[in-house]
Amino acid sequence: MDRRTIFGGRLLPIAFVLPQLLVTFLFFLLPAGKAIYGSFTQTDAFGLHTRFIGFANFVSLLDDAGYRAAFGRTAIFCALVTLLAMASALLFAIFADHEIRGRAIYRTLLIWPYAVAPAVSAVLWVFVMHPEVGIVGRELGRFGIHWDYTVNGTQALGLVIVASAWTQVSYNFVFYLAGLQSIPSSVIEAARMDGAGGFRRFRTIVFPLLMPTTFFLLIVNLVYAAFDTFGTIMALTRGGPGQATVTLVVKVYRDGVVNLDLAGSSAQSVILMLIVIGLTAVQFRFLGRRTIS
Amino acid sequence: MATLELAGLAKSFGALAVLHGVDLALADGEMVVIVGASGCGKSTLLRLVAGLEEPSAGSVVLDGRDVTRLDPAARDIAMVFQNYALYPHMSVFENMAYGLRIRRLGRADIRRRVDQAARMLGIEGLLDRKPRQLSGGQRQRVAMGRAIVREPKLFLFDEPLSNLDARLRVQMRAEIRRLQRRLGVTSLYVTHDQVEAMTLGDRLVVMHEGRPAQVASPLEVFSRPANTYVAGFIGAPAMNFLPARLADAGRAAVLKAGPVIAFADGPRAGRDGRALIIGIRPEDVTVLPEGAAQGLRLAVDLVEPLGSETLLHGRLPGGAAFTVQRAGMVRVGEEMTVGFSPASLHVFEAETGRRLEPVSLAPPARVESSAAMHGSR
Repeated sequence: MDRRTIFGGRLLPIAFVLPQLLVTFLFFLLPAGKAIYGSFTQTDAFGLHTRFIGFANFVSLLDDAGYRAAFGRTAIFCALVTLLAMASALLFAIFADHEIRGRAIYRTLLIWPYAVAPAVSAVLWVFVMHPEVGIVGRELGRFGIHWDYTVNGTQALGLVIVASAWTQVSYNFVFYLAGLQSIPSSVIEAARMDGAGGFRRFRTIVFPLLMPTTFFLLIVNLVYAAFDTFGTIMALTRGGPGQATVTLVVKVYRDGVVNLDLAGSSAQSVILMLIVIGLTAVQFRFLGRRTIS
Repeated sequence: MATLELAGLAKSFGALAVLHGVDLALADGEMVVIVGASGCGKSTLLRLVAGLEEPSAGSVVLDGRDVTRLDPAARDIAMVFQNYALYPHMSVFENMAYGLRIRRLGRADIRRRVDQAARMLGIEGLLDRKPRQLSGGQRQRVAMGRAIVREPKLFLFDEPLSNLDARLRVQMRAEIRRLQRRLGVTSLYVTHDQVEAMTLGDRLVVMHEGRPAQVASPLEVFSRPANTYVAGFIGAPAMNFLPARLADAGRAAVLKAGPVIAFADGPRAGRDGRALIIGIRPEDVTVLPEGAAQGLRLAVDLVEPLGSETLLHGRLPGGAAFTVQRAGMVRVGEEMTVGFSPASLHVFEAETGRRLEPVSLAPPARVESSAAMHGSR
């Protein structure tokens, strides 16, 4: 269907898109431009002189062991959040795809966490896992587990991974359930007639047919884990203990806002921006091809 | 290749009984077509045989083995689905090889069987394509190929032609019949299309409201329909039904439209006045010369020229709808006199709709059906 509208003049269509362009310019292009500019400059301690230093900020970042550690930590964090969120969502979707009693309730409950704000979700996790007040956290000691994520960095990282994955499960669940329901039942039945058991049907029919969904969710989850978990991490651990839960985004905030290293923080932002652009490009290419075929 | 016996096969979904106990036996290599309007339970019956649904009662015995509680995978049955149900992410070759891989056939064996089936179906050039690159007819062939390579004991066809256009449907119909004869695989074929049913089946099962209304050869179903439902369902255009009453000590019928017709094949049981329905196929009706003393006056209200024949729809004096089929293209007036040979009549009991055979001939010798069961391959 042709959905183009033909306008007589130039003024009206420009007026229509202007507010959106203005918002994009003010709140995205302008700050992004400043960040890119800032990443190539150095400012003295009083903010009086600014000079252009080329790629020096980037070079010193790559030399910084702390930054490289944060990079590696973020990679592990993203991989585990994505894996956990997608695998459990797929499992739940497979359960919910069956004709089960109370299916509507089950589905609603699974979608609920998505409506919970990151900070609120973090508070919920504190209620559950805090070593002194958490209903699970305070009991863990009885089973011989020395649980205190406020001092144990590994436990802290584990906690923010699980908490971050938890909110994302709902989103993935919705997509996986829709994906499962779009597989014609006769295709599954044909596989049954061909003699394929449940696990083989999943491995050779269902999972391959879910590949478009899986790929889409992979990108979305990576972006989510890398960028949208800031609120959860800050509310749960503030990046601590030490650097244990400092991901790249948290580091941008710490270095720029807390430690006022604006140039270094800008350089980090630019690197993050490049990563997002890369991921989005991959996704666009893929989704574009999918809509054609 | 195998025999199939269904005994008292029934299925209810909750309180809704879809199938009320079906008994049916298929001889080795026989092709039986289950035909009926939508909602008659024919697809459910097929799914029960396939094992995709669990029966509420009854049993499915394939080649002497009770498979009622077995998983579809363990039954050695192949099915061709209405929407083909090809695996969209696999090539044609992989689609056909899938079931063979599961059965752990060797690579060379799989190659040989798939190639052979592909040649048989004329799709050997498409083996590397994906289903979405195929036309409807080609997909249909791949679906058939996937069933053939398995060399199963039983083929099930679930309205396999209903997604094809009319021309392709006729072509594939003939092809399916040829293939089935050549392979000699016992087959159960479900369709709502009576032409498909008549041309494909060694025997037909006409289903009506979850019960087989008649199980017989196509010829017998057509020439001796067991009740008014079968009579109206099989044959196009549909049979005319005229209300009547038994008269002359069972030797004749008085039509509500007027005339008295003497039965050509013998008297019917029952006292005079018993309510009857007289069936007459539109192609058995003749147009009498104007002014004929016998016959029925027909007020024509619609003429459908079909090329090789013309259908005349109208009403009889009693108000009953009546259709006449005449060969070729004919011009007609608004009124005409029609008649029919008493030998072409079908007599049914009005109350139950059941066919009434002449007393002297009952029970009838079922020549056609037994021939179809054993000899017509």
